[in-house]
Amino acid sequence: MLIKSHNKHDCTESEVTDYSIYVKRRQFIEASARSLGLAAIAPSLLLSACSDAATENAAKGISNSDQPRDELTPYEDVTSYNNFYEFGLDKSDPAKLAKNFKVKPWSVRVEGAVEKPGVYDLEDLLKGLPQEERIYRLRCVEAWSMVIPWNGFALADLIKKLKPTSAAKYVQFETLYDPQQMPGQKGRALDWPYVEGLRLDEATHPLAFMATGLYGKELPGQNGAPLRLVVPWKYGFKSIKSIVAIRFTEKQPATSWNIANPGEYGFYANVNPKVSHPRWTQRKERRIGEFLKRPTLPFNGYGDQVASLYQGMDLKRYF
Amino acid sequence: MPAFFIKQIKPICFFLCCLPLVYLAVLFATDQLGANPIERITRFSGDWALRMILITLVATPLQRGLGAVWPFRIRRMIGLFSFFYVSLHLSSYVVLDQFFDWREIFDDLIKRPFIMAGMAAFVLLIPLAVTSTKKMMRRLGKRWKQLHRMIYLIAALGVLHYFLLIKAGWAEPAIYLLVYLVLMLLRVPVIARRVR
Repeated sequence: MLIKSHNKHDCTESEVTDYSIYVKRRQFIEASARSLGLAAIAPSLLLSACSDAATENAAKGISNSDQPRDELTPYEDVTSYNNFYEFGLDKSDPAKLAKNFKVKPWSVRVEGAVEKPGVYDLEDLLKGLPQEERIYRLRCVEAWSMVIPWNGFALADLIKKLKPTSAAKYVQFETLYDPQQMPGQKGRALDWPYVEGLRLDEATHPLAFMATGLYGKELPGQNGAPLRLVVPWKYGFKSIKSIVAIRFTEKQPATSWNIANPGEYGFYANVNPKVSHPRWTQRKERRIGEFLKRPTLPFNGYGDQVASLYQGMDLKRYF
Repeated sequence: MPAFFIKQIKPICFFLCCLPLVYLAVLFATDQLGANPIERITRFSGDWALRMILITLVATPLQRGLGAVWPFRIRRMIGLFSFFYVSLHLSSYVVLDQFFDWREIFDDLIKRPFIMAGMAAFVLLIPLAVTSTKKMMRRLGKRWKQLHRMIYLIAALGVLHYFLLIKAGWAEPAIYLLVYLVLMLLRVPVIARRVR
């Protein structure tokens, strides 16, 4: 009988990039290279065929066949083009400066209106939470977007585990403050540490996600290792990175960009093509890798699932 | 200043002014413009447009400080390169970024202060570029100098444009503002006399 023993450094099957994704990525990269030169002549090239890699999740909300399809943004782009001001203001800075970012050990402080407060080791915090992959569109407030396969767990599952009390109406998240490791925090671009928050019903919505990885790999530092929020129907700055504290509150938390510039960044920050940012339109977005901009969809295309959260609210006022 | 440098000042200057463009072309050809090439091209050309404009403002204090003529011999060339990089920047916005979406462009023009400032700077640069020839200098006489003083306003608009487009972290535009203010201060007669 042949007994196969596994070496520690062997790749597990789950780590292997699905072949169809691999092939599609090659095509995607080629298409974007071509599009740079030819887009003016043949814009249709850019809206090239959809991959089966874009799963149901990504296709949700884009049932209309006239809409351009979603393809995964190449791993290289997802991990080299990041807004993470803790690691510098330029979008190429985080990939360089987060190379040696230390995420082990990592603990998360849970506090506020919750039955199980305390300082949790990350591993303990994640214990028992079902892991899954979600392919989500990410729409930055700067009018560019990506499609990213995240690995992680539903935020609702974590919240259920922590058992917020009836007083809890909001969840507040906080990023690590460590200027030694995060050189951007030596500057005063924002009030550190970075803080974000959600209404509790938003946080427990099935689409709200906590990521610990992307493309089947551990989350790189520049993408918010080891634990980050992903709220696909809101602008990217809501999806706070490198979380060290989760606080359940009664009142709406003060959030970093809202403090920095309340006229431009609201607490809700739902993707909304009808509400312009004062300095740029939100009607369109550039999908990374494409030449022509595509129309931005309400709630980033997840409206059929999340619009009910905001029934009766004036979304122009609560932008 | 070595004699060779002064003698060949124009070709040297032309070569140096082309370097940013060459660098951009190399990045493009070798696929090193990053995940968002259009943003990169727009920013790069904008950076160099503003730098070139500020460099033109160095000519006068440099000429006074050194008592040399050569800064004036390359001022026009640098001014025209400024116009070139501003045009590149604007084309990058109109063609690559907006792809001739005139509705969006018009919307930007009437709603976004940073676009207004940038566009005003471009429009004001046009008469300067048009009247840069010797013939025009002669024809306009005294008024040529008055007209070309507009570069002070254009440079200020350029710095303002930079300030208005930034989300947070004002260190970089602040450096440009500082350079602008120093260059303007060097023109104040009391200070200018001392520098000489």
